[in-house]
Amino acid sequence: MQQNSSCASGKPCSVKEWIEFRLPIFKLIDGAVGSYPAPRNLNYWWNFGSLAGLCLVAQILTGVFLAMHYTPNAAMAFNSVEHIMRDVNYGWLMRYMHAVGASMFFAVVYIHIFRGLYYGSYKYPRELLWWLGIAILLLMMATAFMGYVLPWGQMSFWGATVITNFFSAIPVVGEHVLVWLRGDYAVGNATLNRFFALHYLLPFIIVGVVILHIWALHQHGSNNPLGIDVKGPQDTVPFNPYYTIKDMLGIAVFLVLFSYLVFFQPNLLGDPDNYIPANSMVTPAEIVPEWYFLPFYAILRSVPDIGIPGFFTLVSAKLAGVLLMFTSILLLLFLPWLDNSKVRSARFRPIYKWVFWLLVIDCLTLGYAGGHAADWGVIFVFKTKFIPDLTVARLATFYYFLHFFVLVPWIARNEKPLPLPESIATAVLKDA
Amino acid sequence: MLRTMLLSAVALTAFLGIASHSSAQEATTLKENVWKFEGMAGYVDKQSAQRGFQVYKQVCSACHSMNLVAYRNLSKIGFTEAEINALAGEKQVPDFDDKGQPIQRPGKASDHFVPPYPNEEASRAANNGAYPPDLSLIIKARKGGPDYVYSLLTGFATAPANESAVAGKYYNPYFAGHWISMPPPLSDNVVTYQDGTPATVDQMARDVVTFLQWAGEPEMEQRHEMGIKVLLFLIVMTGFFYVAKKRVWKSLEKK
Repeated sequence: MQQNSSCASGKPCSVKEWIEFRLPIFKLIDGAVGSYPAPRNLNYWWNFGSLAGLCLVAQILTGVFLAMHYTPNAAMAFNSVEHIMRDVNYGWLMRYMHAVGASMFFAVVYIHIFRGLYYGSYKYPRELLWWLGIAILLLMMATAFMGYVLPWGQMSFWGATVITNFFSAIPVVGEHVLVWLRGDYAVGNATLNRFFALHYLLPFIIVGVVILHIWALHQHGSNNPLGIDVKGPQDTVPFNPYYTIKDMLGIAVFLVLFSYLVFFQPNLLGDPDNYIPANSMVTPAEIVPEWYFLPFYAILRSVPDIGIPGFFTLVSAKLAGVLLMFTSILLLLFLPWLDNSKVRSARFRPIYKWVFWLLVIDCLTLGYAGGHAADWGVIFVFKTKFIPDLTVARLATFYYFLHFFVLVPWIARNEKPLPLPESIATAVLKDA
Repeated sequence: MLRTMLLSAVALTAFLGIASHSSAQEATTLKENVWKFEGMAGYVDKQSAQRGFQVYKQVCSACHSMNLVAYRNLSKIGFTEAEINALAGEKQVPDFDDKGQPIQRPGKASDHFVPPYPNEEASRAANNGAYPPDLSLIIKARKGGPDYVYSLLTGFATAPANESAVAGKYYNPYFAGHWISMPPPLSDNVVTYQDGTPATVDQMARDVVTFLQWAGEPEMEQRHEMGIKVLLFLIVMTGFFYVAKKRVWKSLEKK
């Protein structure tokens, strides 16, 4: 794109050149998804980033259309959602796409994160990229939590009550923070209204962080399954057409699964109790969050009072559970330093590879435990009351922190990795 | 690629298994039925739904509201405009006259089903403190859905010896806690079907469940119809993109 092109000083030029001269948007797009060099050996686990972007756009679009018909007032919210389902043309479609889309968004993002854990995508020089990803995850969790409150069903109301109660665990100011957050002494109309405002706002903040996330990614380019740096153009292919078409294939497969759920099993991942209007006088038999929060719910409930039973409590179970739950996500910020092995990809890290899969099983176990009662899955009952029962949730929680604080640092500093290939190109040509 | 797909399938199965698992285990296994509205080809049997509406109207509506359903919606299960206007006209609806004074007027097709009680307090007062729930969404609001409602309606029995009776309640093993405030609503021929179908308890339960299923998900048939078209299109599109992807990437091997 020459600055002294015919577009300068009003000389005739094409529409594209006219725009490009004033706002180089085409160069930007080409630089991002056109001739942008990407490693030639990416596998299908690399599709999940673009799928996450698709989910974000889908949630915003369906959400805006839902907001045109939804009323965020406690007396009318539940019925306004049913109005959308019954009277608004294709309202049921918007609603189910939004509800199923939220689950899909988390599924896709969790797989995207585990891809990062396996291939060392969080390591130098992508630490900040990783942090931006964690920020996106936290914003998503806040957005999803507030969104679930909006239909004002039983789970909406009681989930809001349980989760906002966390803040009373803060020493000294906890109760005041709780009332300030809720807008009232209990979860009610004030809470619902502000959750709607924030639920509408946060996705656009997520868009901003996603832009930073992609900007950071493009600084050093994508990681790849071998975990070794790109050494030259022989190691890369232009994003278009290779990854544009591959991403489109990934999107097509995703849409098949998404559409099956939306059209044939829209309530599979939901809780029947949320089709009962919120009632502050009736507590549901089990208060359970949506599936994507279950592992954190298990961690939250697994912690007993810290102290000596019958004598004193150093840290209440509530506060300890909340702290442990937030730590389970925030520890990811330190991962590039906990795992300081110079080798990125688990393909060349025989011990880490198996430990990674143990982590996956552990997270699935935590999720399963989170869906059951807090006292479910007792493995061992100690004879003394000073040690709490060992449950599946407690064991899985313990293992989760053992993984990140003990296993991963030890493996990084003591593992003998396999020899790395010379370059991506030589490895790819060898496979061919 | 195959390994990725395999692992994704395992992860997906685990995910769906965890996600769709509910924490509460049913104490009593529900009676299982094959419903015409279940499955990808599910549809609402209009005759059954009409009979179910008759059961609702003559038995259930004495205590249970269905506030989310409007009389005009009944056209979707085969009632004519005249029939709908007649049904709505049977009921009195609170409204205001031209001078702003509260009056009662006959129902119109655009009105929602007139509830048996004006509010929850009146309902509780008439039912020993118990509140008969609104039935508009009952199928979606209970774990087990149609099987649960069917089992509940047909499950009233004499209490076993080891369960002590609760005053004012009735034994039903499908209800949480086993003692429900609702007396058994159905008995043979409590309703005389207009189309002559024998009104056994089982038949009435099936019909009312079909009606309630429609009432809770009136969009279901349209959703299934659209879904088949969308899925077929997407599957063909996926095949197309698969071939396209292979062709684009094939050119790399020559380098």
